Amino acid sequence: MNRLEKYGPPVILNLLALLPLAWLAWDIALGHLSVNPIQDIQIRTGRTAIIMLVVSLAGTPLYRLLGYRWLRLMRRLAGLYGFGYAALHFLNFIGVDYRFNLDYLRADALDKRYAIAGLAALICLLPVAVTSTRGWQRRLGRRWRYWHWLVYPAALLAVTHFFWQAKIDVSLPMVFAALIILLLLLRLPFFRRMTAGLKSRPDTDG
Amino acid sequence: MIKINPSEITPEKLFFSRRTFLAGLGTVVAGAVLLNGCGTEETAPPPAPAPPAAAPEPPPLEPTSYDAIISYNNFYEFSLSKEGVAALAQDFKTSPWSVEVGGLVKRPQTFAIEDLLKQFPPEEKIYRHRCVEGWSMVIPWDGFPLSRLLKAVEPQSNARYVRFVTLLDPEQMPGQNGGVLDWPYQEGLRLDEAMHDLTLMATGIYGKPILPQNGAPLRLVVPWKYGFKSIKSIVKIELTEEMPPTTWALAAPHEYGFYANVNPGVDHPRWSQSTERRIGDLSRQPTLPFNGYAEEVAYLYEGMDLTRFF
Repeated sequence: MNRLEKYGPPVILNLLALLPLAWLAWDIALGHLSVNPIQDIQIRTGRTAIIMLVVSLAGTPLYRLLGYRWLRLMRRLAGLYGFGYAALHFLNFIGVDYRFNLDYLRADALDKRYAIAGLAALICLLPVAVTSTRGWQRRLGRRWRYWHWLVYPAALLAVTHFFWQAKIDVSLPMVFAALIILLLLLRLPFFRRMTAGLKSRPDTDG
Repeated sequence: MIKINPSEITPEKLFFSRRTFLAGLGTVVAGAVLLNGCGTEETAPPPAPAPPAAAPEPPPLEPTSYDAIISYNNFYEFSLSKEGVAALAQDFKTSPWSVEVGGLVKRPQTFAIEDLLKQFPPEEKIYRHRCVEGWSMVIPWDGFPLSRLLKAVEPQSNARYVRFVTLLDPEQMPGQNGGVLDWPYQEGLRLDEAMHDLTLMATGIYGKPILPQNGAPLRLVVPWKYGFKSIKSIVKIELTEEMPPTTWALAAPHEYGFYANVNPGVDHPRWSQSTERRIGDLSRQPTLPFNGYAEEVAYLYEGMDLTRFF
């Protein structure tokens, strides 16, 4: 394997995943956000997080379909970045918006179903992100897979959160819900056999 | 040398508030890092002071910058994006414009907008403006009390409500082609609310004629109610005996009521109604009952259960 093949995909995937953050930082620094910048940051980090989760979930079926090794890397990286953007989204909410004011947070957030769903999604993602290293994969052995199934409830909770925070226009949450449900269905044995049959490229893995 | 369009220059106030915002962001990031590193309570940034338990004093009314007022608008007839409205509305035709005032009145009339302005010369009123989405502004409106217009048409004794209707013109208002709400937008007030001194028909902001994104040429302003009650670009005012249907209450009756008084005691499933983000100011502040106008308007609702009639 030459160096380009080895280092190309991780470098490109990392850069792609950091692009929304760089763009946001650029807009903050140059004052390109609206007059309600906290809201803009909240919306943009949230959208990026759910996009990353969808990309991560797409990794496995696409890999099975196409067989490119970098798709497996994409699954892991997009998942990690999804957690990262979700964490920024959460920190912007409790830190920048609410300045860690527990009285305000209690009054405003704790009884809102959208907030509970979002927090639950983040909590599901936390152990997945922590155990994403090879070391943890080795240590957990078979159990590692079970832990990583948490990404499914996380994705469903995240899109529910997206739905529940929408004012009236739910077109974007609908798109993400459709994508997530499709990607979860593709994991069922019936659809797995179908995609395996479609594979056009020999598996270059290992 | 690149020429800078004057409209691109950030108003001083917003510029400095961005600075404080960035500084605030730095504190938060540092706080998060510290929390991460030690996980002890002592390193957490001190929490902001708790909201006072008693009804807090309304803070002084420092008007929001004109730039903010004309660039951040909820006006779904043009766009669902608050920042997208201004551009789409810039060619909106507000002349000729007439307003039909009728229903249960003794002297129904159709006013040309110029005649309205002549008959009821506008004066400045600085009001807090609280959006149901949890942000707020302070807006120096120019306008006249709605009561003067209503008195001119002489409501009949059985008139109990006032219904307002926005222009229906999908060619000029692209959002009215389908979209998420039933068009035309309609709103309503009880007659005593409509006759209240604070209830304004606005025709200007900061001494300038009101721009399309803010509801040109004529909009309602009811400062103790959430912003969506303050219907824009009005073409029809009708006095009725029955409570008129209102657009948001039709779209989501569990979330938006007919009254829609600003009330930190009535929760919303999505947005905070107990605190708000004042545009141009980056820290939250408590939302006041009736948006700080309780002294003037609370008597209108005496004996009513405001958690039921939200």
